[in-house]
Amino acid sequence: MFEVAPFIPFFVAALLALVLRGWPRALVMIAVPLLGLANLWMLGAGSFGAYSVLEFDLLLFRADKLSLLFGYLFHIAALIAIIYALHVRDTLQQVVSLLYAGSALGAVFAGDLMTLFIFWELLALTSVFLVWARRNGRAYMAGLRYFTLHILSGLLLLGGIIFYAQSHESLAFGQIGLDDNPYSWMIFLAFGIKCAFPFFHNWLTDAYPESTPTGTVFLSAFTTKAAVYALARAYPGTELLVYIGATMACFPIFYAVIENDLRRVLAYSLINQLGFMVVGIGIGTSLAINGAVAHAFNDVIFKGLLFMSMGAVLHVTGRINGSELGGLYKTMPKTTVLCIVGAASISAFPLFSGFVSKSMVMSAAIKNGYDWVWLILLFASAGVFHHAGIKIPYFAFFAHDSGIRAQEPPTNMLVAMTIAAALCLAVGIYPQALYGLLPYAVDYTPYDVTHVLTQLQLLFFSALAFVWLNLRRLYPPELPSVNLDVEWLYRRLLPQAIRGTVAAAFRLDGRVRRAAVAGVGNLMESVASHHKPDGVLARSWLTGSMVAGVVLLLGVYLLLGFAL
Amino acid sequence: MSTGDKQDFFDKPENIRRILRTFYGICALLFAADFLVHRHTEHGWEGLPGFYPLYGFVGCVVLVIIAKWMRTFLMRPADYYERLELGTEDSTVAAAAEQSGGHSNGGQEHV
Repeated sequence: MFEVAPFIPFFVAALLALVLRGWPRALVMIAVPLLGLANLWMLGAGSFGAYSVLEFDLLLFRADKLSLLFGYLFHIAALIAIIYALHVRDTLQQVVSLLYAGSALGAVFAGDLMTLFIFWELLALTSVFLVWARRNGRAYMAGLRYFTLHILSGLLLLGGIIFYAQSHESLAFGQIGLDDNPYSWMIFLAFGIKCAFPFFHNWLTDAYPESTPTGTVFLSAFTTKAAVYALARAYPGTELLVYIGATMACFPIFYAVIENDLRRVLAYSLINQLGFMVVGIGIGTSLAINGAVAHAFNDVIFKGLLFMSMGAVLHVTGRINGSELGGLYKTMPKTTVLCIVGAASISAFPLFSGFVSKSMVMSAAIKNGYDWVWLILLFASAGVFHHAGIKIPYFAFFAHDSGIRAQEPPTNMLVAMTIAAALCLAVGIYPQALYGLLPYAVDYTPYDVTHVLTQLQLLFFSALAFVWLNLRRLYPPELPSVNLDVEWLYRRLLPQAIRGTVAAAFRLDGRVRRAAVAGVGNLMESVASHHKPDGVLARSWLTGSMVAGVVLLLGVYLLLGFAL
Repeated sequence: MSTGDKQDFFDKPENIRRILRTFYGICALLFAADFLVHRHTEHGWEGLPGFYPLYGFVGCVVLVIIAKWMRTFLMRPADYYERLELGTEDSTVAAAAEQSGGHSNGGQEHV
């Protein structure tokens, strides 16, 4: 049988998209994820494409249930994002988005660390063009920062692989686990940067909101989920991940509440959702891993839907700040409804997709004795409803009427959002379809009285808090502002420190030069002063004074003669 | 859908009042359900009646209050980074920065 690795169709289509224009290009772009999905379905679990570089045996394609799930997911996400971007007439964006999706598939099916590394770098290299495609100064700078951090992640991975190869016969990509070896930490950190661990998370909140309306939809789907896959493959059951994940679930919601750029709110909420997945991987039981992976699946769809609805708002109004929007439901009812479906899914309302996966991670946390982590996750669940579930739709579509009367976005955008919304509902209503694809057998029923009741209580009373705070005018207003985060270190402190050092060096240099010039001037002046009219050496001397000098000299001789 | 001055659904205060009243009703019912339905619980606190509603409400109020407080020391003007990175600063700020010698074309931002 003729076997094609899943990334190849995307790379070939990218080449075709480079030369095609108009509807043939659109046709190719839509066909690729569909054909790719069929191809992947036929391939199923297994491996092929062994090749060797130096003395290492490498493997291009290795699929088990874990990688297959991410493979299906990436095809679906690519299809939705491609439809969403069909109206775009920008060869750069369309070509790199195909390359980017292909790289994500290559990474997920990489059988060894070296192949993973190649696709890891390709992910960074292709996705940065989606940021730059906005073609303004802010996007250019954000893209450079994004690229720098991702290259750093790639270098750490490469360094880790080199150490790994010294102590292992094979480079097969499997369980690594944290131990005393430096390679385990280097690879862990490489994955962590891409997964937006705390202190390394600002590339996400920095670059994603600066991308184009369509580019962000691609970006939100692949990079972080490839990192989640890599963590689930190499570090399941690492306890440290539980605490990292709990932090990730918790701190971004505070930023999300006060952030004004609604796509940046979604970027913070993306980190919050990643936190749930990282906790699941850290717990490492079959229920927890299933929950993490299922949540990754759902998150790509509903976060994509939310980014699409905000992208649509940005596309038709040219604005994305909460302080400038409001009242759009009047002229964009379809987008409003689709956004609310995404908001309900991310908030984990029963019958929506978030509910059936987030609860798996929460159950796993409490079953394994992580009581405090469970409380933090519960707080994060309430918080995510607060900022992503209510704030996003409320400030964009309701709140005060901004006076903007924008029309609905192009049909292709609405179609893409409708597909995503349908998937959110389908998974929420019939979770067994998703559960069947999970890596471990699922013995979990999300819909029982306790679960539904407690979740509804949590959500409704979170909403009550929002209503109460709003009526009492305690809710922080949307303000055009920048909120300081870790990025301040490398966006403000470091440049200023460098600038300060350079300035100080220049000042010192200037001072030394000035002193030297003044010194030379003084010397010249003093030499010249002896030769100037009336200078000591230019004066005309009296004969008498010379005789006096000779007498003095002779006197000295005489004295010396007596003394010796 | 509206054009012009037509009053939309949420423009009418009585509609909002009606929605809020329904919402309060649902909240009350959900709270009451805690005393009527037997929940199976895995954790001590979880079994307390009203745990989830209170946790959700208090959690969100605390979240917003802390976030508001964070604004007092985290908030900066919207062009806080751009001034340095893109050199779009106004002349007074520019003069101060230029004096120190480093020209702010943003290229040195990256290390």
